[in-house]
Formats: sequence, structure tokens, C-alpha cells
Amino acid sequence: MSVQSVFPQLEKLLPKVQKPVQYVGGELNAVVKPWDDVLVRWCLMYPDAYEVGIPNQGVQILYEVLNERADTLCERTYAVWPDLESLMREHKVPQFTVDAHRPIGAFDLFGVSFSTELGYTNMLNAIDLAGVPIHSIDRGDNDPIVVAGGHAAFNPEPIANFIDAAVLGDGEQAVLAITDIVAAFKKEGSPGGRNELLLRLAKSGVAYIPKFYDVEYLPDGRIRQVKVNEQGVPWRVAKHTVMNLDEWPYPKAPLVPIAESVHERMSVEIFRGCTRGCRFCQAGMITRPVRERSMTTIAEMVDNGLKKTGYEEIGLLSLSSADHSEIAELAKGLADRYENTQTSLSLPSTRVDAFNIDLANELSRNGRRSGLTFAPEGGSERIRRVINKQVSEEDLIRTVTAAYASGWRQVKLYFMVGLPTEEDEDVLQIAKLAHEVIKAGREASGRKDIKCTVSIGGFVPKPHTPFQWAAQLDHPTTDSRLYKLREAIRLDKEFGKAIGVRYHDGKPGIVEGILSRGDRRIGKVIEQVWRDGGRFDGWSEHFSFEKWMNAAQIALADEPVDVDWYTVRERELSEVLPWDHLDSGLDKEWLWDDWQDSLSDVEVDDCRWTPCFDCGVCDHMGTEIQVGPTNQVILPLPTFPSPVLQKAELENQVVVSGA
Amino acid sequence: MARDPGREIVPAVQKLRVQHAKRGPLRFTSHRDFQRAFERALKRAEVPMAYSAGFSPHPKISYANAAPTGVASEAEYVEIGVVEVCDPKKVLAALDRVLPPGLDVIDVVQANSPDFVARLEASHWKIELPGVAYAALEDAVTKFLAASEVLVERMTKSGLRTFDARNAVIRGVTESGSDCAILLVVVRHGVPAVRPDDVLVALTKVADLAVEIPARITRLAQGPILEDGWSVGDPFALDRIH
Repeated sequence: MSVQSVFPQLEKLLPKVQKPVQYVGGELNAVVKPWDDVLVRWCLMYPDAYEVGIPNQGVQILYEVLNERADTLCERTYAVWPDLESLMREHKVPQFTVDAHRPIGAFDLFGVSFSTELGYTNMLNAIDLAGVPIHSIDRGDNDPIVVAGGHAAFNPEPIANFIDAAVLGDGEQAVLAITDIVAAFKKEGSPGGRNELLLRLAKSGVAYIPKFYDVEYLPDGRIRQVKVNEQGVPWRVAKHTVMNLDEWPYPKAPLVPIAESVHERMSVEIFRGCTRGCRFCQAGMITRPVRERSMTTIAEMVDNGLKKTGYEEIGLLSLSSADHSEIAELAKGLADRYENTQTSLSLPSTRVDAFNIDLANELSRNGRRSGLTFAPEGGSERIRRVINKQVSEEDLIRTVTAAYASGWRQVKLYFMVGLPTEEDEDVLQIAKLAHEVIKAGREASGRKDIKCTVSIGGFVPKPHTPFQWAAQLDHPTTDSRLYKLREAIRLDKEFGKAIGVRYHDGKPGIVEGILSRGDRRIGKVIEQVWRDGGRFDGWSEHFSFEKWMNAAQIALADEPVDVDWYTVRERELSEVLPWDHLDSGLDKEWLWDDWQDSLSDVEVDDCRWTPCFDCGVCDHMGTEIQVGPTNQVILPLPTFPSPVLQKAELENQVVVSGA
Repeated sequence: MARDPGREIVPAVQKLRVQHAKRGPLRFTSHRDFQRAFERALKRAEVPMAYSAGFSPHPKISYANAAPTGVASEAEYVEIGVVEVCDPKKVLAALDRVLPPGLDVIDVVQANSPDFVARLEASHWKIELPGVAYAALEDAVTKFLAASEVLVERMTKSGLRTFDARNAVIRGVTESGSDCAILLVVVRHGVPAVRPDDVLVALTKVADLAVEIPARITRLAQGPILEDGWSVGDPFALDRIH
């Protein structure tokens, strides 16, 4: 039976809400297929506002990969703002896709991509608005299979009772494998219903199905063990790794929204994975090994993407873009190609030590010197050894000097507060560093109007990193260190006025902490917060620390654990961690040794340039490092006169008559 | 930071006037949204745009009298400057192909006359009112047209303003639709601009007309007021004469 669009009902509500265009779809390169032409129907959600979700590369890639299949359709949905939510509840309009405004409940699969745990309440809200039971146990054969993906899916235990499945790692091949299983199941007439489908997914190893795993606890609250409760289900579920990125040049037709979004540019991923080994960085740990795209594939993606989107800025994305083995040639080749056009290049993530003046000049060739951002992460040399951020003060000063000397006037520096072993002194070093940066910058540029912005985030220990055992810093201490730092900068009479400070207080980090390293008991907290009206927790104007703490008190009242137990408590090697049955490829002993090394300031190198140090990923996952140089060359693009010119008509006629 | 001094500034050699529509769901496109979408469409259509000089160059585009967000339109107008002479018919086809369905290009002409914006003297609006009885609407319109002045209030950028909605309305006709009563009005442009929703507010003031929001509003035409005193003419008429 075909499914009706809810647009006629929605249309009446739209004049009453803010920015209605975000709910109407109509993006360039969006795909709408007839419902009855396909066998498998996916709805993908980025659980945040449309303006944040639409540029998300993960969703755009999977949307396209799935829609390329003749037997499948894929649409998208985003979190609706509270103004529309209350109208939808009042007028009984269900959560809908923006593509064809079909109700989410009608789809076979509902995939939610989590870059951050702060989207959990938005997922619950969307499921509920769809009229689908929020607990997986209450769902029937006609409800969608709720699949979580993205980095937060490496520990989906806090949302284990709300999702049906979680996919770890790269999604391109995984969503196709899931689609194959669902297609075969439906062709057979869906024998055995929902449970049988979930069992097939679990047995194939493509996804983690929480209901087939029972968690037992010790009297003190720690996990005793996680046991498989169905035969044939693997005891551990592994992540997916796409090799040969050149074979997956997605998105080929990037979505261009009509509404304004947070990234008004086209993005091309130049490599995936990072082995720099920063110990706080979950992304770097769970996306190993490094797999580069070749220069010519990147150049083709840029050319094709610009033609299909009309964007004027290209972001070369990765976890550390200046680390691409041919970044200099790539930047020069692209800058040559797009010289005298209005197109500019940007590298959103650059390391201090990999950045150099030649790269700086290539990036600014089109005249735009947007701000430069570097991430020393730790204020003191000592703390940078602890976190394995191998950047010296000298590197930093040299790099920012080069930047100021070649015309940049604003440099942004990212740091973290609350790192393991940190003392006040380590944080106060940030003020000294910023002082030195301004001093060197004034000397290099000969100007007094240069600026430096220090941006500080609270450190949250993450699963599958060497710091997964670490105690998180409590929020009053975080706030007091931030205060001392701000005072130190304020009292810098010489340069204090040239240094800006941006920071968040320590409270949101505590909530992120319970969600990141939480187990299934945290699910009750999330549900309680959502029932109390919690939405959009990533937005400071919507986030409520009190709501989370109250919910935790209620939901954990009968448990031997509390918020502090999840956050500020250091773990022992022997403790069963909630995500031990989820396999990122990293060897737990290696992680532990790296954690111990960090406590004695021992650094570890990058395996791209030194021999393997046995983190376990490649061996275990059957993957390998894929880096250049390829020694390929980016050729200038051939130029043709615009097809809309008046004179082109005559020329074309000559060609046609001669043919 | 000075822009690369070597960048060549190429002057516009031709101006093109574009008439486009805003239809269906995309009527919720705001003016800013449309500007962004239109600029990107010009790039994809390979229209050789002229750019302003300066640190942050902008394509030469002027927009006139954009319809409010949520209001559909068959008659929005944009003027662009190009650095090579283009065939308006090819620009029409190329632009329409790359814009999303709902933002549709209706006509493109070469600018052969000055003072284009001044020729946009009035708009012809179609206002569909679901749930309103034809007789009630007819009664309200009759009362409204008989009045010499109907004051309405609206929040503007410069605060709450009170202004006359009656004088700007030069014609008002009612029709009966399938599920609604329909009001066709011609409204003279002025300052402050009287918008179709102002007319609706005015109708509820002169008669006891219960208007269920939202009305479906479409701008049918924009252009010069013809000799009969109430018809809206083709603003491109002078550009079509060579």
C-alpha cells in the first residue's frame, strides 16, 4: 500500500513557525522515488536542527549510496524545533521526511547518525513524534528497525533500549549489506517477523543488536559480564572499514539546501582515519588506519561537485588535512585550477606542525584569508606529552609567525581543560603561550592589530581511547581553572587586549561524560530528561544541566551508581567496560599500555612514518595503511565558452551543419 | 588585507531581466534563501556574471519587491549584469534547468529601457481563503471598498506602524473556489507597502469576517498600472521593443 505525503497537513502549520523553509525539502540533488517502485525504504536522520544536519557528510554519503540502488529508496529527516513540535502534536502530524514528506513510521529502516551523544533526546523525540514506540521491545513487525551509526555508536549502550541495531565504523558497505538482508527477508515474505530479521542482522555480524546481549552487574555497580543470549550471535561485533576510498567518491551530487546551513561550502574528504595517536581523540582511535584519496580523485570530486552545486568554497576535510601525503601538490594544483574564479579553498583541520607557509599561500591565493585555527590542545609541554600531541611551543610560534607574516591577522587556538594529570599550572600556560604568540606575531607582521582567540573545551574521556579509564575532572574544578586562566589573560597588561577567550563552563561536559561512558542504566536517565522536555542538548539555550542531574537522581535512585561514578571515577584494568563487546580493532592491552605511558610522559609516534607499534587495528581488521605519494598531477581544466552566450549559437550551428 | 591587485575587474556589457516564480512548498523560501539559491544557480548555469570590485566581490544582481516568505508568486523580478553578451532564451532555459522545481524561471529579456523598478507600480494578488463563505467575503469587500480609509497596524523594522490599507487597493474582485472564497486584489506599491495580509486584516476590521489563517496567497503579476486605472501591465513591454 502506498504511503501518503503529510505535506497537506504540514503546510497549514508552516506559516506559524520560524524558518519554515527548513521543513519543505526541495534541496538541489535530492532524490524522490515512487514508494511502490522499491523493496527497501530507509529514512536517515541527523538528530539536530536542519541547518546543522544538512551539511553532514555521513548522511549525504549514505543517502546517495542507498538511492543508487534500484530496489531501495532513502529519504531524510531532521529534528524539528519546539515551535513546530507542539503544532505537530496538537494537529497529529507525524515526524516526516523532508524529501517526500512521508511519515517515518512507514519506513523499513530508520538510521540515526550520531556525531555526538547530545543528540540522544532528539532521537527519542523523533521516534515518538513518528508514533513509533520509543522502546525497541514494544515495537512490532510494521515499525521501522531503528539503527544507530556515527562515532557515538561505538558505545551505544546508553541508547540500547531505544535502538534495534547499531553499526560501527564506515557506513557505505554496511548499509548496503543491511539492505541486502532486509530485501531478501521481505522477498521471502518476512518469515518470523521482526525478531527473525534482527537475528539475521546479528548473525551476519553487520550490526550490533543489543537485545541479543544481556548485561549482568556486580553488587558494587560494575559490570560482571555481557552474555550473548541467542545461538549464532557473535560475542563481539566489529567495526566496518572501507578500503580504497577512490572507489567510493561520495557524495557525487552533494545536497544544496535552500535554507542557510552552518557550512555554506562543498566538502571533499581527502582521507579517512588518523594515526597521530592523540590519546584524547576518539575519532583518531576508531577510524584507523589512514586511507588517503588520491590527488586525481580529489580533483575530480572538486570539479564535479562545484559544477553540481555552485558553491564558492571547497573544504578539504579529514581529521588533520595538512597530513595528506601530497597536500602541497594538491593545494597548489587546485589553486592553479581555480585562479581568477571566485572559488576558494579551506582546510578545516590543520596541525600546527604540518602547516607551512607555502600551504598558507596556496590557500590564500584567491585573496581570502579567513581565520586560521590550530589545536595545540594542551597548554604546557608536559601535558602535551601526556596527551601525545607532539607539538612544541617552538612549532607553534614558528607557524603562527609565518601566518601573521603572510597577512593573517587572526589566529584561533584550541585547548582542552581537564586533561588527565592536569594541574592549574598546565592551564595557566595557555595564557603564556597566547602572550608569546601575540609577541611573535607583532614582530613578524610589524602591526599592532593582530589578534589571537583562545578557545577552550572541557575534556570528556571517550570509549576506545587510552583515556577510557581516566577520571573526568569535576565541573567546579574545571570552572575554577577556566577562571584562573581568564584572570591571567586579563592581567596581561602588555597583550591581554589582543587575546580573546571563548569557553564553556564544565557542566555540559559532565552530561556528555555520562552519555559517552555510560551503560544501559543511563537509558533511563535519557528517557527521563526527554519526558521532562529535554531537546537539543547541544544548544546552550536549550541545554539544562539541572534537568539532567534531576533525571539522574530519579532514574538511578535504585542503583548503586550515580553521576560521579560514571564521570569522575578512574577505572581499573580489570573492570568490564560497557563497550568491551564492541570491537574497534584496538587491542585493549595496547590501549592500557598507552594509558600507562601517558602517565609517565612517554610519547608514541605515528605509524605512517615509523614501524607499526601494534595498536591491533590492521592485524585484527585485515586492513592496511593507504597513503601516497601517488605522484599524480592535477591538470588545468579545459575551458569552454559558456553555453548561454549569444555568439555560441553561430559556432554551434557550424559544427552541427558539418556533422 | 588587500585583495590580489592583479585581479581583473571586468565591467558588465549587458543587463538581463529575469521573471521567476515561487511555487508550491518553495513559497516558504525567504528572500535571503532565494538570493543564495539564485547565485548558485547562476554559477551552475555558467552565466558569465559581472562582479563588484573590492575585498569581497559580489555578483551584480538587483532584486525588486520580493514577495513575503510563505507567499507564492508568478511575478518576481531580478536584474543581472553579465560580462559577455548572452542570449536571453538560453539563459532562461539554462537557469530554469538548474533551479529546483518551484523556483521556476518564466522569462528573461535583455534590458533595453531604464527605470525598471519604477515600472513595478502595482501587484495583482490572489488570496484564497479556505473555510470562508463567498457571501461573507463579498460583503466584507463591498464594505471595504466603500470606506474611504481603513487603518491597520503592523510590526515593521521601524516599530509598530499604523497606516491606511484602503487607498492602495485599486481593485477588489471576489470569486468562489472549490474549497474556498477567493479575493483578487490589485494593490498600488507605496511606503509603507500594503501587503495582502494587511488587506485581510482590513477586511476583518470593516466586517465580521472570520479568516482562518493561513490563507493561500499568490502574486499573479507585477507591473505598470494601465490606462484603465486598475489593470497590471507587462513590465518587460519596453524591453521587448528593439
